[in-house]
Amino acid sequence: MAFDKMELRDIEVWDGNFAAAQALRQCQIDVVSAYPITPSTPIVEGYAKFLADNYIEGEFVMVESEHAAMSGCIGASAAGGRVATATSSQGFALMVETLYQASGMRLPIVLNVVNRALAAPLNVNGDHSDMYLGRDSGWIQLDAYSPQEAYDLNFIAFRVAEDHDVRLPCMVHQDGFMTSHTAQGVKTMDDDTAYSFVGDFKPMNDMLDFEHPVTHGVQTEEDWHFEHKARQHNDLMTKVMPKIQTAFDDFEKLTGRKYNIVEKYDMEDADIAVVCMGTSVETAREVAKEMRGKGVKAGVVGLRVIRPFPFFEVQEALKDVKAIAALDRSSPNGAPGMLFNELAGALYNTDTKALLSGYVYGLGGRDLTKKHLTDLYSELQANVDAGKVLTPLQQFIGVRGPKLQFL
Amino acid sequence: MANTGWDEFEIGAMLRTFEGEAGDIAGTLQEDRNYTENSSFRASVADWRIEKPVFNKDFCIDCQFCWVYCPDISIISRDKKMIGIDMDHCKGCGICVEVCPTNPKSLLMFPEKADEETEIANWPAKETKEK
Ligand code: SF4
Ligand code: SF4
Repeated sequence: MAFDKMELRDIEVWDGNFAAAQALRQCQIDVVSAYPITPSTPIVEGYAKFLADNYIEGEFVMVESEHAAMSGCIGASAAGGRVATATSSQGFALMVETLYQASGMRLPIVLNVVNRALAAPLNVNGDHSDMYLGRDSGWIQLDAYSPQEAYDLNFIAFRVAEDHDVRLPCMVHQDGFMTSHTAQGVKTMDDDTAYSFVGDFKPMNDMLDFEHPVTHGVQTEEDWHFEHKARQHNDLMTKVMPKIQTAFDDFEKLTGRKYNIVEKYDMEDADIAVVCMGTSVETAREVAKEMRGKGVKAGVVGLRVIRPFPFFEVQEALKDVKAIAALDRSSPNGAPGMLFNELAGALYNTDTKALLSGYVYGLGGRDLTKKHLTDLYSELQANVDAGKVLTPLQQFIGVRGPKLQFL
Repeated sequence: MANTGWDEFEIGAMLRTFEGEAGDIAGTLQEDRNYTENSSFRASVADWRIEKPVFNKDFCIDCQFCWVYCPDISIISRDKKMIGIDMDHCKGCGICVEVCPTNPKSLLMFPEKADEETEIANWPAKETKEK
């Protein structure tokens, strides 16, 4: 049964969810196994619509929970299909148990995570708590800051995950509502061009290859468990970044849109830098430009790849700065934020003299305003002028009540 | 297998069962099968077995139930005759004993260290049905 092609304009007005759904259509996913959860529901809804309208040859598996959704994806992927799904927040949390199965079994599933706060209290709005929850699960994690990037990074995700040297599942993150429900102009690829970038799915060790039977997800106990995990860690640390870089380069050749493992804005001569992820990168860029108008050498570093953590790229981007703010959009619950910790770890044994401070912001959808960032840049500049960190290591931006700060 | 390094494993918590083509595995005798080093046959999956099934051929009617039900193809059967149990591969789950229909059962579970000859000599007698 042949499927229909869709005529797209060069620029379509899509929100992040629809952009991701269109990418799944153009990659011709064989199986989507999904359970709806705000704000990611429209991604799989979009896929289901395309399937019903004969734009895709595939299967939509309706399940009773996100745990079953990812389990269905794991089965379909092990059987030899190109597989993707989407989730957010509590649904993501329910999936976590199976995320480790997917990465340990080296199945190239793509998961669109529309980032949202974790309860309690219940909250459907965006922060990075779910993104942080997945960071030890052995998945590759990419972060999109806009609908355009949510569209583009899905193609990158399939390309990297399905590479036979990698074979690791990949998450594409976008900010709940800020990206997922904000419609913007998205530059598109036509169906053939898009499909040619990811190519036909070439399964490896698939269960439906009866000539070469294999057992998936075996029990190993202390005999070999460590060796399997060591191999997975090694591949994440050494093999994934070069593949991502190649995929970014090829994508740029195809579309002219350039992505970097670490995105640097105004960093050539920056004295002070904000390191953040998601939609706040764009706000920080605006403010950095304004600060430069006032003679402050401000820059922004955005993480495009969260796992594997880009240690060398981060060291390179921050080697000449004098003060750094790590902006974490997750409730740290008893420690500095992940970004602060990772940056401290990445920079500790380098020659940098940069002063590092951590900020927690935007929990549960709270806005990060330009005023907040202007104040933050001023604090960083004050640190540079004094030659030491004047502020506590950890502060909370924009929380009501007396100032909250620790360490 | 015991000294295989992390970089020598098949990727992906996965065991390959047979070397090369596996087209007529069902028609190939167990001992002739071309198991790989990384197969559940060669791997020491039964390390934790604490009980083992003992086979007493005096009562066996060769019904093949045990062969059909054993989840690990550990029952050895030739020409539709039950011969015994492949103890390298049996994990000690006891399913074969459950399904054995004879009276007394032709398969019973005993502690891993039990001596088979002794147990067979002391095999339980036929149970009489209470009316
Ligand atoms: S105990 Fe279990 S594994 Fe062993 S022979 Fe019986 S059914 Fe097969
Ligand atoms: S189930 Fe019992 S009677 Fe039937 S073949 Fe096996 S051992 Fe013999």
